[in-house]
Amino acid sequence: MLSRAGHSILRQARTQLRTQAGPTPVASLSALARLLSSLAVLEQKEGKLNHGSLGAVTAAKKLGGSITAFIAGGNIKSVAEEAAKVAGIEKIIAVDNSAYDKGLPENYAPLLVENIKKGGFTHIIAGHTAFGKNLLPRVAALLDVQQISDITGIENENTFVRPIYAGNAIATVESSDEIKIITIRGTAFAAAAAEGGSASIEEGVDPKIESHTEWVSEDLAKSDRPDLATAGKVVSGGRGLKSKEEFDRIMLPLADALGAAIGASRAAVDSGYADNSLQVGQTGKVVAPQLYLCAGISGAIQHLAGMKDSKVIAAINKDADAPIFQVADVGLVGDLFDKVPELTEKLKK
Amino acid sequence: MSALRILVPVKRVIDYAVKPRVNKAQTAIETNGVKHSMNPFDELSIEESVRIREKKSAPGGVEEILAFSAGPTKSQDILRTAMAMGADRSLLVEMKDGEDLEPLGVAKLLQKVVEKEKSNLVFLGKQSIDDDAGQTGQMLAGLLGWSQATQASKVEFKDGDIVEVTKEVDGGTDVVRGKLPMVITTDLRLNEPRYASLQSIMKAKKKKLEKSTLGDWGVDGTKRVKTLKVIEPPPRQGGGKVDDVDGMISKLKELGAL
Repeated sequence: MLSRAGHSILRQARTQLRTQAGPTPVASLSALARLLSSLAVLEQKEGKLNHGSLGAVTAAKKLGGSITAFIAGGNIKSVAEEAAKVAGIEKIIAVDNSAYDKGLPENYAPLLVENIKKGGFTHIIAGHTAFGKNLLPRVAALLDVQQISDITGIENENTFVRPIYAGNAIATVESSDEIKIITIRGTAFAAAAAEGGSASIEEGVDPKIESHTEWVSEDLAKSDRPDLATAGKVVSGGRGLKSKEEFDRIMLPLADALGAAIGASRAAVDSGYADNSLQVGQTGKVVAPQLYLCAGISGAIQHLAGMKDSKVIAAINKDADAPIFQVADVGLVGDLFDKVPELTEKLKK
Repeated sequence: MSALRILVPVKRVIDYAVKPRVNKAQTAIETNGVKHSMNPFDELSIEESVRIREKKSAPGGVEEILAFSAGPTKSQDILRTAMAMGADRSLLVEMKDGEDLEPLGVAKLLQKVVEKEKSNLVFLGKQSIDDDAGQTGQMLAGLLGWSQATQASKVEFKDGDIVEVTKEVDGGTDVVRGKLPMVITTDLRLNEPRYASLQSIMKAKKKKLEKSTLGDWGVDGTKRVKTLKVIEPPPRQGGGKVDDVDGMISKLKELGAL
């Protein structure tokens, strides 16, 4: 532990020297004295590690300093062992208690707070997922910290980059809180490699706070298609599809031909053409696949917020003036009811 | 069941249909002369509260719906809208131009309001469309030690102060059961907000709007997070159009997307 600490001080000192090219100011001595140590909050479900949550480890690596991962739930041993193999993690803190299985913030937040206090972590990182969004602000309030949500970049241990106004502006913000509580945008921090590590596993403290809330049930859309948030290709349909039947008839074969996940605009979701969980945009999922192919979507700013970091955007729309064509790398003006099936057929060949 | 004393915090933000522009100094978004409205998620909170009263869906009934905002004097416009939609009265914590609160500050202020007004249900939007933080409701629930249900798409009241909430989560929905007092944040699917009729707008002018300042509540508004810079995202260049499906396929191949 000591040698490791010394190592990170050295590395920080070197970075300081390099960037400032002059004598290190006295003020930064305190920063050197305080070691950076991150806690990556991992997600699990029914005894399986959520690999998407390993983006938190990647973010922690960018910060530098030691990395501990946190995981809680019933029969957590195998999940902890799986997480221990993730490259870059020094230590896993595992809390074995099925009361944390559903990630209810009423008891999970106090649990995290106790473990954060005990471990003296400087940075707490989780994904900006349903779990992280629900939990971390509660943790932040209990620790009297102003959280920084949905970051897409790290400049240094205090300074972070995050989109605001539906991605229409990018803010660089600096936190003066002692502990930084951060959620990260999954598309900006790829999951850390699940192999190559050998972390120690330690039992965390368990305050066993009674939850005021009871989990009742869930209804998750089942699909054999790739997960929307992490898929390499996404095909997305909008209001132009006109009905659920047409959405399924036109978009599903295209998705199959490409091996793509399916997304939808808010208009398509509101009209009942597609499930809520497929919505791409400011208030839905944020995706950044290699290919985003959309049909019948005009390209409102709320939708663009969820997909404009895609590598290649292709659009089919009958309105040549639709705003989607201003961001599309490839645009085709035409009736999607002709063009999409034709595209599907030609892609199959 | 306890009668509901609902608190609905609302925020004045740049209208959702306006494309925000970064100011010349690259310090913030230009807000002068730009259309502002109530944060869309907050409209859902007001609508839901009013529906609970109208449909008598809570066994204990609705005693009061209080709309609240902290912001510039102009925030009274959105409080009037909230009252026109059915809120009974409102509170405005007036702030100077250029002054604003972080979610943690808002949560601390709301905690005081909840205590003073004896609220037992707080409906907040899941996020404001300007800062996109998505924190205030969860922070408030944490400070109060209350149950929380975020991203609600359905809210049902049961006997014994039980509230069952269907939440939008990654991949589908989740149902949780909390107990009053409680904090709920609203998702787009919860309802469709009404338009206030002219008659209700006229009536809202007679409803009580009480003003105060941050100092009156004893809340420290010091910021923990400083914005160093705000920039426009790198613009995306539209790559132009192709004539047919074959053109699209060959262009996609050329770009390495296929």
